[in-house]
Parts: sequence; C-alpha cells; structure tokens
Amino acid sequence: MKFRSLTAIAATTALCAPMAFAADIADEMTIVSWGGAYSKSQLRAYHEPYSEKTGTKIINDDSSAEAVAKLRAMNEAGNVTWDVVDVVAADAMRLCDEGLAMEIDPDTQLAAAPDGTSAAEDFGELLVSECFIPQIVYSTTFGYRTDLVGDTPPTSVCAVFDTDAYPGKRSLEKRSINNVEWALLCDGVAKEDVYDVLATEEGQQQALDKLATIKDDVIWWSAGADTPQLLADGEVVMGSTYNGRLFSVIEEQNQPVAMLWDAQIFDLDGWIIPAGLSPERQARALDYIMFATDTQRLADQAKYISYGPARASSAPLVGKHADLGIDMAPHMPTDPENAKNTFLYNYEFWADYRDDIEAKFQAWLSQ
Amino acid sequence: MTDATQHSGPMLAADGTPLKRSLARALRMQKIRALMLIAPLLIFVLVTFILPIADMLFRSVENQIVRDTLPKTVIALQDWDPASGAAPGEPVFAALAQDMKIAVEAKSHTRLGSRLNYEFTGAASLFRKSGRKVKRMDLDTDAPFKETFIDIDKKWGEPEIWKTIKRYSPAYTNGYFLNSVDMRKGADGAEARPENQRIYIKLFGRTMVMSMVITISCILLGYPVAWILANLPMRQANLLMILVLLPFWTSLLVRTSAWKVMLQQQGVINDTLVWLGLVADDARLIMINNQFGTIVAMTHILLPFMILPLYSVMQTIPPTYLRAAKSLGANNWTAFWRVYFPQSVPGIGAGSILVFILSIGYYITPEIVGGTKGVFISNRIAYHISSSLNWGLAAALGTILLAVVLLLYWCYDKVVGIDNVKLGG
Repeated sequence: MKFRSLTAIAATTALCAPMAFAADIADEMTIVSWGGAYSKSQLRAYHEPYSEKTGTKIINDDSSAEAVAKLRAMNEAGNVTWDVVDVVAADAMRLCDEGLAMEIDPDTQLAAAPDGTSAAEDFGELLVSECFIPQIVYSTTFGYRTDLVGDTPPTSVCAVFDTDAYPGKRSLEKRSINNVEWALLCDGVAKEDVYDVLATEEGQQQALDKLATIKDDVIWWSAGADTPQLLADGEVVMGSTYNGRLFSVIEEQNQPVAMLWDAQIFDLDGWIIPAGLSPERQARALDYIMFATDTQRLADQAKYISYGPARASSAPLVGKHADLGIDMAPHMPTDPENAKNTFLYNYEFWADYRDDIEAKFQAWLSQ
Repeated sequence: MTDATQHSGPMLAADGTPLKRSLARALRMQKIRALMLIAPLLIFVLVTFILPIADMLFRSVENQIVRDTLPKTVIALQDWDPASGAAPGEPVFAALAQDMKIAVEAKSHTRLGSRLNYEFTGAASLFRKSGRKVKRMDLDTDAPFKETFIDIDKKWGEPEIWKTIKRYSPAYTNGYFLNSVDMRKGADGAEARPENQRIYIKLFGRTMVMSMVITISCILLGYPVAWILANLPMRQANLLMILVLLPFWTSLLVRTSAWKVMLQQQGVINDTLVWLGLVADDARLIMINNQFGTIVAMTHILLPFMILPLYSVMQTIPPTYLRAAKSLGANNWTAFWRVYFPQSVPGIGAGSILVFILSIGYYITPEIVGGTKGVFISNRIAYHISSSLNWGLAAALGTILLAVVLLLYWCYDKVVGIDNVKLGG
C-alpha cells in the first residue's frame, strides 16, 4: 500500500513537473537594469503595470554595468538566464555585433504610436542598431556649485577648461568618450568637424593636449554617483555626470548645485533581448517589450526620473514628478530651453575608435 | 640460525604470497583509499578552478576566428605579397565575397570585425557595413568583386586591412602577449608601440612596487598589534581581537568609501588640520586620488591578513625565552632582536605572502581611491574583461601577472625558504 502510493506520487510528480516547468518559464522573467533610482522608475512605470496585466512575475537583476561581459559568458556556457536587458546604445551595438542580442523588427515587434505612426518613424534616428529598442534619451552634462563660482555662473562648457575664472577641482569621467569631444569643442574645433578631427592622430593629440591644461585640476570618476557626491561635499566646483543624477542632487537633496546644459552630450539607453532564448521566453520578452516601450509607458517613466522618453509621441505626455509634484518637462535634456546647444554621441565612430583612443587616453592618464 | 637458512627464498606473508608484494599491495590499497577520500575535493577544484583558469589563459594565444570566418580568403591571401603596397587581386575579393556571404548568414562577420578592430581601427564598421551590402549581393552575377568591395568602403582597396587579416590568419597568435608588453606585430615581426600608447609595463611595475610598499606598511603596523594581542591577558586580548576583526566583517566598499570621507580635501582629516591651524585653508593636503590614497586604504583593508598569522605564530613563542635571555644579561632590545624576532619570522613570511598576493589582484579599492597614479594592472584587466571585451588581451595580462607572482614565489622560496612560513602553531 505504502509502496503503491509512493509510486503514484512519483508518477504524478513526473507528469506534472515538465508542465509546471513550462508554466514557470512563461510566468517569470528576469529583467536586468542599472539599479538605484533608475530601476525604481522602471519598476513603477513598466514592471508593476505589466505584472498586474499579465500576472508575470518579474525578477530584477542590477547587472547592467557588466551586462556585455556577462551575456558573452552566458552565451558561451549555453545558458542565458536573462530575458530582457537594459543597456546603453553603444553596448547594444557591441552585443549585436557579437551576435549576443536578437534583431528586432520595429514595425511588427514594437507598438505603433496612438495616432498610428509606425514605431520605426516614432523612434526615428534613435534606432541606432538592429537589436536596440530605445527607451530614454539621457545626457552627460555638467553641474556646478552655485556658491563657488562667484557672481558669474558658467554658461559655456568651456568654463571647465578655464581654471582662471573658475578655480578649483573639476570632475570628469575616467575615459576618453565625451571628454575628448568637449576638449576639441573648447579648442576651437567646429561642432560638425569634431569627429573628423578625432579620426586623425593629430586630432587625438590635440584633444589630449587640451585636457592636459587642466589635468592637475581634475578628479576622475568611474561611477555615476561620484560627481553628485563630490559636488555635495564641495570637493569640486563643477563636474560631469548623467543629467538624472544632477536632477536628484538639485531637486531631491536641495544642494547648492545648478545645471550647465551647454554642449550636453546626448546618449541613449534602452532594451535588448538576448539571442538564443527558448521560444516561450522569447515570446514573453517580446510581449513585455511591446508593452513597456509604447507611447504611454515611456511617458510614464518620466514621472519618476528626469530622462527624456525616446519616442517623439511620448514628449507631449510628460507630466509632473510623481512624488515631488514639480513639472518634469523643464528638467528633460530634450527640453528646447536646455537643448539649445547639444552634441550627439556618434555611435559608429566610437565603435571603431574606442579601442584605439581609449588606449591612448589611458596611457596619457598614467603619465 | 638453521631456520633462516631453510627459508633462503623471499619472506612469505601468512597467506603464502611474498611479503614484499603483499606489503606493496596493502600500501597501494591505502593510497587508493586516501585518493578516494580526497577525490571529491580534487574533482571540485579541477572543474571549478583549474579548468576555467586554463581555459581563460588559453584565450591569450587562441585566434581561430579569422580563419574560421574567412577560410577561403585566408588561403587566397597566401599568394599576396604585403610588401607590394597594393591591395590583392580579384581572386582574393571573390573568396572574400563567398566567405562573407556565409559569415553574414551566421552573423559572425561583425564578431570578426570587433576582433580585428583591436588591431586595426575601423575594422568594426568596415565589416558591419560590408555585411549589409553582401547580404544583397549575388555571387554568380555580381563579379568582379574587387570594385564592388572598394565601392562599399575604400579601405578594402588599401593594403592595411589585408595586412592585418594576413597577420592574424594563423590559429594561434602572440599578438595579445606583444600587446601586453607595449609592443605590436609590425611588418617585420615585433616592434615597440609608439610612446603615447605604452602603459602596461609601467602598470606592471607600479603594481609590484605599490604592493611591496603596502606589504611593508602592513608589517610595520601589524607587528606591534600582534605582539600586544599575543602578550595581553586573555580577556583584553579577545576584546582587541574583535577590534582587529570588526573592519574585516565590514563591506569592502564601505571601508573604501569611508577613506574617501576621511582623506578628501574637504574631509575629516583636512578639516581637523585646518581647524588646528596646522594647514592653511587654501593649501589643504591632497591625500586621495593618488598613490598615497591607495596605499593607505589598502594597508587598512589588508592589515588583518598580516595580524592574524603573526598573532598565531607569536602565541606559540614561550614568554620564558625572553625572560631567560634577560636573565643571561641581554638588554630589552637584544632579547627581542636575537631571541623573539627570529621566532616570529615565519608569521611575517606567511602574512607578507598573503598581503602581497591579495594586493596584486585588488582592483576595486584602487579604482575608487587611486585616481590616475594609484591604479593597478588589475584595473586594466577588469576593463578589458567587462568593458572592451578584449578577453584575449585580458588573458595575456593575467598570464603575465600569474607568471610574475610564481617567479616571486620561487625567489621567496630560494631566499627565505617556504618551509619557514607558518600560519599558526
């Protein structure tokens, strides 16, 4: 009797297990993002409504900073455990090149705008790679201490290179991207020529020479949270970081800091779906992407963080901050008042020149 | 006597087999049993530690990707003379078209592009762009391919990209290793990189020197602490021990960030010095984002690794020896230096090896407090693993680092003797 019931249990378990397993896969997904306030904004704008609508359980993983390397390792091991991954556009291109992300057809796999505009047109030029679904436009720009700049607050990015008018330390990211562009802009190179100049040995040297004029006054950061902290401590007069980080220093922590929007460098952040998912998981991931990147959802995210939605049709829907109640539009990098002088990160250029210029930059740094 | 002469043959065991063989069998059984006992650990270490490391190290020479992706092109290129100064002829381009067609299907052309981009700036977009066009190409009707490819990108018409492909066509390459010692594969073998790209030799040197400074500071600071711990009554010693261990249980990031708060120009130490009037307000000391910051933070973080082995060795030194030395007329210093210190050397050895090897591999702390002059080679390895995806170069740098550590270990064994290292008792 005992033996019989045992076999019966074993048989039912054996029968049910694969079914339960299949159901698990469709009902659970792992979404990878950057953590912190950014993940929280996604949780509230995308994950919670999606779970409510479909009953899917979403597991958050804050590994975006190492996403490219980890995806490559997972792919080599033949065991990809992530379903949707948030990466910057340059990383998405890299993943696409390496065959680690699946290609997306915007017209069939992304939602059209409410007025019927196709997704490809709505995202427009922001679809920089076949595998990349843009989510936000963010910018790397400068913030400065209002109490340390005297009566003449800086209005141009070249204030960073002007240690006479603005003495004190400044913080810059410990990599070549963005810094070399600003250096050339402030060394008299016209905006449209920057990447042509940077493609030459002399241009790269010119950028490094310009940076050398302030090398002793720079604190180099490697985490996005560094500059806000340095500004709050009064360690630096001005520093570059992501605009959302500065928003939180200024509006949420009320520090004496102001934005310097001049020559902000636009960049994109968005989703990719890893290549090689099982059909059920891929279907789930695509369903999530279709939901989370529609016009209303992208506009919703801007309630929680000051990054601009990537769809043209979302911009008019941007409202007030969910907790602070302030109008979010003037804090968006894409706001006309802020975007008077902007600079667009050239993805193709950096995909080619990153290894070369970065090697020279790091050698220069260590000298 | 007679007994022994009777059995002049081999000695026999109880069951009649020769004793020698029977003994050998028993020993063998014992060895197998011992091996079986450690087998789970051995297999675990092999599978989870040695194999992955071997695989990673192997990447430093592995270079199959070029000949796997462009097999026909590589063969066709054998007849081309790079010294001719012109791009190869139509047969090579026809082979390239065929190879690219297959590669685009498998989406491996862009992967090759990123690989070659480490050696030839621009290869990434060259392959991405060409792949898009090749997709629409018809192999039977679209000849000649030379013009088609040069139309796609004029780089195909220049010899440089072909030189790179030819240079990196063998299945194994020393390119990554040359790269890690600031050299590169040139037209005729290895050549030094231009001055403005040299970095790794300097970083290797800096890593070694700073790790030694950190080890020495740990000895200087840790030795007195361990001595006090070993010589205090049990109750106070335990309390002090908790103070030593407390930072050990705190997150590494928290401890490193705490040093930032302490050392920065608007930080606690500078504020105190200014308040005391020792330092002028406009001349605050720069103690972080440089080598000093790295040395201070890492000495603090690694100190327990020095104190614990020292303490456990010092505990075994009987206090009577010192008393005996003094009663025989030695003064305090002589008693310490001639009697106590030599017995504590095994602890210094063990602690130094631990601290030195740990600090060579550290990268989080130098990244946060090291600025530009206080970063280690491990920071570059981490960059190539997680950011540039140049795993071959990371593997080569890692292999060199491993070799240097093993070499230092060998030197240590020769000079001090590895038997002279004790972790306790």
